[in-house]
Amino acid sequence: MTLAIDVAQATVHYGPILALDKASIQLERGSVCGLVGMNGSGKSTLFKTIMGLVKPDTGTVLVNGLNPLQARKSGAIGYVPQNEAVDWDFPISVREVVMTGRYGRMGITRTPRKADHAAVEAALERVELTAQASRQIGQLSGGQKKRAFVARCIAQEASIMLLDEPFAGVDKRSEATITKLLREVADLGGSVLVSTHDLHALPTLADQAILLMRKVLMHGAPQVVLQPENLAMAFGLDPMNRGDSA
Amino acid sequence: MNLIELLAEPLGYTFMVRALAVTVIAAILCAVLSCWLVLIGWSLMGDAVSHAVLPGVVLAYIVGAPFALGALVFGFLAVALIGAVRDTSRLKEDAAIGIVFTTLFSFGLVLISVTPSHLDLNHIIFGNLLGVSAADLWQVIILGAVTFLILILKRKDFTLYAFDSTHAHALGMNPKLIGAVLLGLLAMTSVVALQAVGVILVVAMLIIPGASAYLLTNSFGKMLVIAPALAALAGIIGVYISYYLDASTGGMVVLSQGAIFVLIYLFSPRQGLIAHRFAVARRRKNLQQA
Repeated sequence: MTLAIDVAQATVHYGPILALDKASIQLERGSVCGLVGMNGSGKSTLFKTIMGLVKPDTGTVLVNGLNPLQARKSGAIGYVPQNEAVDWDFPISVREVVMTGRYGRMGITRTPRKADHAAVEAALERVELTAQASRQIGQLSGGQKKRAFVARCIAQEASIMLLDEPFAGVDKRSEATITKLLREVADLGGSVLVSTHDLHALPTLADQAILLMRKVLMHGAPQVVLQPENLAMAFGLDPMNRGDSA
Repeated sequence: MNLIELLAEPLGYTFMVRALAVTVIAAILCAVLSCWLVLIGWSLMGDAVSHAVLPGVVLAYIVGAPFALGALVFGFLAVALIGAVRDTSRLKEDAAIGIVFTTLFSFGLVLISVTPSHLDLNHIIFGNLLGVSAADLWQVIILGAVTFLILILKRKDFTLYAFDSTHAHALGMNPKLIGAVLLGLLAMTSVVALQAVGVILVVAMLIIPGASAYLLTNSFGKMLVIAPALAALAGIIGVYISYYLDASTGGMVVLSQGAIFVLIYLFSPRQGLIAHRFAVARRRKNLQQA
């Protein structure tokens, strides 16, 4: 079976700054993978590389066995942006945002058909936003905002979902709803890559985890990745508390 | 004189009918485009492109090519130069915009001054609504219709580009191309509006209607109706007032748009300054009572 995401030896520079250093990641279908690392460890760069927004200097990226452009055109890649990347004052309703997930299936004027409306309503129902569907996007709570973008991925029927820090500023109930949804997506054969700082929730959220520090330091079960000596590598801490605190 | 006569009298003159037609077409076109410019944050870009097309228009005049072609070439040249100066020097975008468009605009001024022609500098800078010829009107109609049609047919792509270009990219679209098309339409629109209000005031028509509509509604679809409706209304009011006051027509059109914006800014039920103040006072009172 082809891998959902296959990043091989990808190196990315921003000018003189090394953002990814021969990073290799293989993700099968049907899994939720947590991406853990400090700020600046290359998490967002990894997402951009998978989406083809950044071209690696060396190395290759395959998504569902396709190059990133082919994969995007097939509608396989769904993406949930970071909070700061969204203009929450934009005059667009929740339903309209979810509908943009269907644009790849529409003609040049992006006129929705019956199937598109049905998919949007179904996606809204799954994330429990049917009652809020007509609201302007900024009039949702933090958790509802995230769920709106998850609904867009669901309406898109994306087989690969990329979520950059979806739990920042999100209440516990929404976090649980989103976690459950991601699990369902994976159980239906989808593949989910999610960056997170919430290490406590990692074992509930994901069935595997990646420790990133420009390189892939470790890829394994969350319980293993979360062991203090492993986290210490990624966060540059010293678990035994030796060194400069003395 | 009653109201009907007041409104009908200017229509007895062909030049007034043409002035009204050009104003309404330019106002509607600029207003539709302004909805995206305001949301993307391209107001300054609108300013830059509308000025930078000037040398293109003059050169097109000299070689006998369509004005729109010259405008397109220089519109894109301006955008490319702005990008180049911004990305390859330590200057920020506002400085890059300021340098590029003033230089290109000046180039246009110099070209006009050394070209023996009927091109009247004053008309280009301040518009020449009352001197619109039949040929001018046709150019405005055709160019306006084509630009309007592309804007409306591809409106959802432009809106997605404005809202979330990364998602557009994720769907396999080409956001850079969408942005380039929008800038091309901006250059075409500048040519249309140049006739009406002149280079300097085009930017007003490219910002004020969209900004006004944005303060009235939370739906982009409604913005696309409200902005052109307000702009056309302001255009007609402006032309009539200028007729009776014998005042600058282009100036009066923009002044009317500005006046409507002020009213909306103050009295918009949701986003207006006064509604906002009341809401703050109410919250404060509720807090004190609690």
